[in-house]
Amino acid sequence: MAIDAATVRKVARLARIAEPEEKLEPLAKELSGIMTWIEQLNEVDTNGVEPMTTSVAMSLPMRDDVVTDGGDPAKVLANAPKTARDFFIVPKVVE
Amino acid sequence: MSDLTGLTLKAALDGLAAKTFSSEEITNAHLSAIEAASALNAFVVNTPDKALEMARASDARRAKGEAGPLDGAPLGIKDLFCTEGVESTAASKILRGFKPVYESTVTSNLWRDGAVMLGKLNMDEFAMGSSNETSAWGPVVNPWRAQGGNADLTPGGSSGGSAAAVAAELCLGATATDTGGSIRQPAAFTGTVGIKPTYGRCSRWGIVAFASSLDQAGPMARTVEDTAILLKSMSGHDPKDSTSIDAEVPDFPSFCGKSVKGLRVGIPKEYRVDGMPPEIEKLWEQGIAWLKEAGCEIVEVSLPHTKYALPAYYIIAPAEASSNLARYDGMRYGLRVDGANLTDTYEQTRAEGFGAEVKRRILIGTYVLSAGYYDAYYLKALKVRRRIADDFDQAWEKVDALLTPTAPSAAFALGEKSDDPVAMYLNDIFTVTVNLAGLPGMSVPAGVDAQGLPLGLQLIGRNLDEGTLFSLGSAIEKAADFRAKPAKWW
Repeated sequence: MAIDAATVRKVARLARIAEPEEKLEPLAKELSGIMTWIEQLNEVDTNGVEPMTTSVAMSLPMRDDVVTDGGDPAKVLANAPKTARDFFIVPKVVE
Repeated sequence: MSDLTGLTLKAALDGLAAKTFSSEEITNAHLSAIEAASALNAFVVNTPDKALEMARASDARRAKGEAGPLDGAPLGIKDLFCTEGVESTAASKILRGFKPVYESTVTSNLWRDGAVMLGKLNMDEFAMGSSNETSAWGPVVNPWRAQGGNADLTPGGSSGGSAAAVAAELCLGATATDTGGSIRQPAAFTGTVGIKPTYGRCSRWGIVAFASSLDQAGPMARTVEDTAILLKSMSGHDPKDSTSIDAEVPDFPSFCGKSVKGLRVGIPKEYRVDGMPPEIEKLWEQGIAWLKEAGCEIVEVSLPHTKYALPAYYIIAPAEASSNLARYDGMRYGLRVDGANLTDTYEQTRAEGFGAEVKRRILIGTYVLSAGYYDAYYLKALKVRRRIADDFDQAWEKVDALLTPTAPSAAFALGEKSDDPVAMYLNDIFTVTVNLAGLPGMSVPAGVDAQGLPLGLQLIGRNLDEGTLFSLGSAIEKAADFRAKPAKWW
């Protein structure tokens, strides 16, 4: 399926990646090329086939609901771009 | 000291045990080799001080008679593994300067067994690539060159740094990861051995996530036995990874050299693809002949959905990646580019931090998961994935393992395919099926092409049956007697 520049703009916004206006058209062409190649999947009959989300045939393991880690804000914040005391500093979220 | 860097891991461990040389000596030899090989760009972070400290501690343990199974062996670590206090960037600008405050389970297992870390190895950004050209720190150069040529070739990807470092004898072995072929294709391009074990065999905890249902760690080394030794240490159940398999880790090295008589090896006819170089076809025939001679029964099998594996992969892997990489928001770690408001900060940070291929995959993943397309693309791909896994299940009724080429070509020149994403993706045509089905796969060097470049054969096994791969892999290794080495130009 052909992807147009407007779709790229929308998807880039959803993905939170700034794409300059002049790159939308070339990106649309590139992604359309890839998606056209992917369309060959429609040749496969998948009627009644169960989707496969994982290759491990097991249920999620359970563990006791107890605290096993934490209590070390210095470690949590060690790589943060901006901090103050024991907090991450982020841009204003609520106007 | 080049005699110490040329040893196999097994020979090095024997030499350390016999006290022929110390860990400090063999570590120093490798550190010098790394220093002289900067033209390969295989390492992105060198940790010589840490290496020597670990080596001396190893020598002290050995003196007290407390040496572990890998004690004193210097290894390289793919930059996708988080290493405590040592910059771990996944070859992305967005993680520049990121120093994890924890150690990945796989590397913890290696240090528990006494191994020494030489540094972090270059790779494609977030493991997305087949040529190492997507690394934010520049591509790795393959130590191999075509006969009479001096063009820089790709070592393959994404574990190109691991492959180049092992081939150029900069480390005895290396960790790597494989989401669609990232261990096996670089192994084939550099004349080294690489195994992607069964999904869940190695813990994913502390490995930077790309596509979680496909990502799996494994070793690269210069012999089949060396990869068996490394995989034994790397494997094991880990409660911190919910998909880690709670199964006993077999003594992998004991499978090397075991008789393969009577094993049934399948040859999937769908792996004969148009445009495959005749040399690869010939090598495959040669591999079949070697296994026949070793007593295997050769059986033609069919995996009818093979050609749909790559397109299915290019929905599933980008979908999972777009979700996994949402964590790079510039708030808690990594790069932050301040924008006009919160959304603008996210968008500028990710635009600046991610490279072109990573952005391309995030966009594809976001697109196929977006409203109106989820069923047509993502759900469809998951159903095709099931069909591919079913193909293998049917094959296992007739055979114990499969033999195929690893890659559709030998190493190509850097820059040759970087403008055509689909041409680049086709590199993984023989390897990606295994990731979708979760099966173990190994690449063994089996010969060279007319230009003197290495070619590999791939062995695919049943779930949790890496043992059979180690037996068959050593049979091929023995028959091929692959001794070619890259001529040192760096």
